[in-house]
Amino acid sequence: MDELKDKAWRNDAAAKVTGRTRFADDIKQPGMLHAVPVYGDFVHAKLLAVETAAAAKSRGVVRVITARDVPGSNRGGQILKDVHVLADDKIRYHGDVAAVVVAETRAQAIAAAKRVRVRAEPLPEILDPEAALAPGAVLIHEEHGTNLIHRHVIRRGDADRGFAESAHVVEQEFRTPFVEHAYLEPEAALCLVRADGVVEVRGSMQHPYSTRRFVAEFLGLPLARIEVVGTPMGGGFGGKDDTAALVCARTALAAWLTGRPVKMTYDREWSMRESYKRHPYCMRYRMGVGTDGLIRAVQCRIVADGGAYCSTSPWVTWRSTVQCCGPYVVPHVDGEVLSVYTNHVFTGAMRGFGSPQVNFAVEQLVEIAAAAAGLSGVEFRRRNMVRQGSTTVTGQVLEGHAVSMSEVFERVLAESGYEDKLRRSSRGRGEDDYYGIGLAMSYRGVSLGAEGTDVCAAVVSVQFDGSVLLEAGIHENGQGAESAMILLLAEELGVDRSRIVYRRPSTSAVPDSGTTVASRATIMGGGAVSRAAAAVRLQMAGAVAADLGCRPEEVRFAGGRLTAPGGRDVGFAEAAQRLYRDQKYPYALGVFPAPRVDWDESCGQGRAYFTWVYGCQAVELSVSRRTGRIRLLNAWAAHDIGRAVNRAALLGQFYGGMAMGAGYGLFEEVAMTGGRLRSLNYDTYRIPRSTDLPDMTAIVLENRDPLSPSGAKSIGEPANELMAPAIANAYFHATGRRRCRLPIGGEK
Amino acid sequence: MKTAAPPLLIVNGRSLRIPARDRRKNLLTFLREDLDLTGAKRGCGIGVCGACTILADNKPVRACRTLVADVLGHSLTTIEGLAAPDGGLHPLQQAFIDAGAIQCGYCTPGMILTAHAFLLKHPEPSRAEARRAISANLCRCTGYQQTIDAIMAAAPHYKIKE
Repeated sequence: MDELKDKAWRNDAAAKVTGRTRFADDIKQPGMLHAVPVYGDFVHAKLLAVETAAAAKSRGVVRVITARDVPGSNRGGQILKDVHVLADDKIRYHGDVAAVVVAETRAQAIAAAKRVRVRAEPLPEILDPEAALAPGAVLIHEEHGTNLIHRHVIRRGDADRGFAESAHVVEQEFRTPFVEHAYLEPEAALCLVRADGVVEVRGSMQHPYSTRRFVAEFLGLPLARIEVVGTPMGGGFGGKDDTAALVCARTALAAWLTGRPVKMTYDREWSMRESYKRHPYCMRYRMGVGTDGLIRAVQCRIVADGGAYCSTSPWVTWRSTVQCCGPYVVPHVDGEVLSVYTNHVFTGAMRGFGSPQVNFAVEQLVEIAAAAAGLSGVEFRRRNMVRQGSTTVTGQVLEGHAVSMSEVFERVLAESGYEDKLRRSSRGRGEDDYYGIGLAMSYRGVSLGAEGTDVCAAVVSVQFDGSVLLEAGIHENGQGAESAMILLLAEELGVDRSRIVYRRPSTSAVPDSGTTVASRATIMGGGAVSRAAAAVRLQMAGAVAADLGCRPEEVRFAGGRLTAPGGRDVGFAEAAQRLYRDQKYPYALGVFPAPRVDWDESCGQGRAYFTWVYGCQAVELSVSRRTGRIRLLNAWAAHDIGRAVNRAALLGQFYGGMAMGAGYGLFEEVAMTGGRLRSLNYDTYRIPRSTDLPDMTAIVLENRDPLSPSGAKSIGEPANELMAPAIANAYFHATGRRRCRLPIGGEK
Repeated sequence: MKTAAPPLLIVNGRSLRIPARDRRKNLLTFLREDLDLTGAKRGCGIGVCGACTILADNKPVRACRTLVADVLGHSLTTIEGLAAPDGGLHPLQQAFIDAGAIQCGYCTPGMILTAHAFLLKHPEPSRAEARRAISANLCRCTGYQQTIDAIMAAAPHYKIKE
């Protein structure tokens, strides 16, 4: 039917290749002002005064805004409201915003911002999580009573007994650094107060509903008075949640106070300085293995540097807790995962969300343990990996979906020629450059799990002429979410995708559907679209079933027609018109609540996620004997994603995730001195270039998930969480040296 | 460059007379703010990421590190000028779509123009050459693989037509 089927398709691609796509900074409004943030050069300090008089008198300046001007609550946050949106009592990290300067032009605002003086009295800087936890440590948030943000535990079986039963016990500490999302588009927002009194917020963000809450609380207005419309987003990777909401809130206040449209576009330096990063982890692991090569026990203590604010730290570290032992069956587990306040830049959601760190540790640890037990890493994994019906370390029985850990693992072994290449790995021997192959595998809980409320809505509205409007409560982050929703709906309604227009949702139109993170767009948004489509099908079939001589549920939707079992049919548009004439609408709100999960926080046990995805990645590399330089030669990834909805976009997630994972493994690290970032732009923060990467092979496995209405699961994060440990293992096989600290290329 | 550059700037085939006060402007700001050609993006402001890439006489230029005065007398191509006047996509643009090389789209204008300049000079590239050609354009979404696929797919068109 569709001759372009093997070519990629996206609803937004033509606009993107011609430059017609308008990102937030590309939009203008008549009478628009420009706002810029002002920072104080402090890492931890008691705020004495923000002196604005000189700036206020500068050319073109309309207003200088400080915490005193906030009409609502100056506190923001998704879990703990600990962010002082404009600094009031203290400076808690070097990226705290003390004031916002609003001027006729951006250049004027930037010039005036230099004349704002932030006076503060330095306090002791706490830059080490362990020091922050020490008794008597200076508190970063006095009202919180401690620098511990949150502590998760996981207790299963009896770890002491498990270690007593073990023939081999290995121990290792692993460390990972601060990492920057490095979305190409820095934060930007454009806000105005409409004549109806509604504050309209446009901006680059991946969580419009959270942004709406931030803005409403900051301005002291009800949610209904704030309308947030996301703009096309120039990358997010989890990073355009809290910071994006804060930028929107400050911009909205500027519009509120001046009565004019205000745009605030971040420079890269401001973005890097202020925006949250991926958590650095320090992970101490112990693993015990029996004479049979089965893992008996794991003990771990993981400490995450949460920086100055809570953000999503409790959720990020919860995923680390659930997945702290990797995709292995472990009868006895004793673990704790702490997140801690420091005066570093705060940390929060980033693609992977607590899994890249623990995977880096566990996927090396199993190879260390395998060696101790005299087994190959392959054999050790085969003996210990989760399989159909296995019980996870949180006591969840893996059932109701295909547990394809073994399938993805074996596919990667076969396609990469792993075992042969492993035999040829140099292990620090030979005269030439070192050569090695390595792999890593994981399972990953899909969507939010027991982290929080997980529900998504979509609206399908068939028009009189048979064209279709679709809105879903998920956000286009650049990954192709809108296109995936359109393709799913086209299939559900049996119409060509060209009939469907995706209407970028506003928070005023579609009910709060949460954030577009956690790789939940396709499964949750797709679920809602499927539900809405099913309701619309029933409405339309009901209108024509009698004429077609069948029952409504027997009507088939395909090829733009509604067809009865006997073959009588009617066109899709005609069926819609019939409904309108009957004074009814082919219209439905579809709601997909995530299937049940449960969790006991006191012992870290429960059904953490309603379904899981399984993935394995391998990489082949060489290491220069002379310079230590690592070159990636080939990479493979196999992921069971349930079902491919948009194949080219799916592959894009594979490759992009592997690339970002490679950067994490090889060289990415936010450099800091005394809480001040030294990495403030792409010259000092290196992300992978084309020449840093090899050709990559994607292996797509499709075991449709019965708990997903569309059958599809997730890929965004699974693809991103394995390359770093695969590189570490390959590096070991090449050089005979373990690298337990990321980035690996940075440690010669 | 000639000593006394004429005050003309050709942008996407259109000749513009540039008043003296505009010549000291940053080229990217000038394109985006004065001409409303917002296809070129500001990603870093220091000439590293490539999102602001435009072409001057078919050679890539980092607009964020260029003054209007530096390109007077030259013919600029921005992403808005690559498609045919009737709006028909350039084969390279179509190839980017077909190969799935589009994700967030922020690097895309600069990436396409860099690839265009490369293919004009090297219509029969190897995959490795295509990979090197875009090494100074950062993309955080795609891992570059489908971008390279797109360049290779579009290459034959350059051999025949351009």
